[in-house]
Amino acid sequence: MDYIKLILLALVTFFAAIGVNWAHDLAYQVHAVLIMLIAFVMFVRVLRRIDEAPPAPPVEGIYFDGVIRAGVIATAFWGIAGFLVGTFIAFQLAFPALNFDWGQPFTNFGRLRPLHTSAVIFAFGGNALIATSFYVVQRTSGVRLWGGKAAWFVFWGYQLFIVLAATGYLLGATQSKEYAEPEWYVDLWLTLVWLTYLAVYLGTIFHRREKHIYVANWFFLSFIITVAMLHVINNLSIPVSIWGSKSVQVFSGVQDAMTQWWYGHNAVGFFLTAGFLGMMYYFVPKQAGRPVYSYKLSIIHFWALIFLYIWAGPHHLHYTALPDWASTLGMVFSIILWMPSWGGMINGLMTLQGAWDKLRTDPILRMFVLSLGFYGMSTFEGPMMSIRAVNSLSHYTDWTIGHVHSGALGWNGMITFACLYYLTPKLWGRKQMYSLSAISWHFWLATLGIVLYAASMWVTGIMEGLMWREVDDQGFLVNSFADTVSAKFPMYVVRGLGGVMFLSGAVIMCWNMWMTIRRGSPAEARMPTPSASAVPAE
Amino acid sequence: MDTYTLLREVADSWVLLAMFLFFLGVMIWAYLPSQSAARTEAQMIPFRDDDAQASLNSDLNAGPEGSQAMVQKGQSDGR
Repeated sequence: MDYIKLILLALVTFFAAIGVNWAHDLAYQVHAVLIMLIAFVMFVRVLRRIDEAPPAPPVEGIYFDGVIRAGVIATAFWGIAGFLVGTFIAFQLAFPALNFDWGQPFTNFGRLRPLHTSAVIFAFGGNALIATSFYVVQRTSGVRLWGGKAAWFVFWGYQLFIVLAATGYLLGATQSKEYAEPEWYVDLWLTLVWLTYLAVYLGTIFHRREKHIYVANWFFLSFIITVAMLHVINNLSIPVSIWGSKSVQVFSGVQDAMTQWWYGHNAVGFFLTAGFLGMMYYFVPKQAGRPVYSYKLSIIHFWALIFLYIWAGPHHLHYTALPDWASTLGMVFSIILWMPSWGGMINGLMTLQGAWDKLRTDPILRMFVLSLGFYGMSTFEGPMMSIRAVNSLSHYTDWTIGHVHSGALGWNGMITFACLYYLTPKLWGRKQMYSLSAISWHFWLATLGIVLYAASMWVTGIMEGLMWREVDDQGFLVNSFADTVSAKFPMYVVRGLGGVMFLSGAVIMCWNMWMTIRRGSPAEARMPTPSASAVPAE
Repeated sequence: MDTYTLLREVADSWVLLAMFLFFLGVMIWAYLPSQSAARTEAQMIPFRDDDAQASLNSDLNAGPEGSQAMVQKGQSDGR
């Protein structure tokens, strides 16, 4: 096995070295250097311990939590990176002078923006999803993660994907598809990592000791499978050269646009919704100390959500070359989606029935509830904005940005913070977080930050939309584009301040996590004994 | 018949019907009274993972709808 590994690593190093020499563009060259170094270091490491006895097999009856601890730390780290870039580009929009001359072209808004979106969605959100799904699938299956070290490959492979994507954007390698900007070789790497993730997850479920697959696992599994499908189809492209980052899309024109937004909206639907609902269905009942309100509702929530979400993409393409029937279809399905979304929100909130008093004392539970509140709010706002008439006002304005952030900061961000607060003490063997009042501070800073962000974006978005369509009695447009830009300045500053508050809340969280981890040590969580887990609930 | 028309016709008729029927089947299955015990069992899975949490859990108040298991487990006032 080690010999195969050595041969493979040697080949990768050799190939990357050729790539360094023959690269057609800077991004490819930098990535080739990076891959060459990583493969070489791994080669040396494998070579050095080739005659050593294989490490002792893991102790029976202990969950595989090392990779989850790494995932928790990575989530916090990428969160800070993503929020920092986001806050910076928010101020770049308010004060264009922040596009420093000395940093061009690497630090202009156009290159930093995809860095921000990918960092928060895929690096922060993705690491949170991988870590929590590995945690939840072990606890609800009663077995150790399947596949041994494959879970570590998923973790490190995913970090490499993030680094390749992020540096690629700064160096100008992008295929210009929103949320799918990485170029072909990064896409191929992610496909490999993701299929391993799917294998680990499915393997664990196949070996489960529980009779049933808990509903959280359904959501996680649908997220993993659908993202694999979306990623592969939206990234069908042919590289111009194997030594360059540029590639050409297989689809063209409106087909390409439709594929892109089928991908883009389902990235929201399955990455940011279904996956995070998996977290909700495990961690909210755990934190509240009572089972999910209605299991029937959770079954209906799941099937309705996945049946409906996949059709909603065309609402991103109202008033374009897309046929009317297709955009109407997308609009109708988006509106129907309101039902399962709110069904899920109600299911989460009602889980607290009889435990509402805990909200006064438990800031983590408060975060869960707030995240569900924002989930409900943005899943109401979204369908409304998908209606063609509303969309004609809201599209291309900052309202869209506000909507995305109330969902991303409010729902995804808050539930991830709450999960980190839940997981950190458990994984490092502490009773609770180092400071509960710091969690409260984080809660309020983040909440106020989101409120400032969303409110300013509503105001500026609707104002901008109205200014664009305003005509005088002769039928001429009243405002030039630059008029809207200068009118938006105060709201952009408020938005930036909201970002600063959200970021400082996250910094407090990192300090709190650091203090908790420093006092603790990696905890070994025992699995339930087979006989105990076979006892039904009754 | 070109591929688009073929796919479009199949998608509009049989596939649509099949998906709709599957969805209806799931809805009915979700409410089947015979599955009630299985649902309650699945609902309690998160609380079985470690003994400490499980004993803590049995001390909780009886939950509302859908948590009959807790009712049977114990009703003493918890945390």
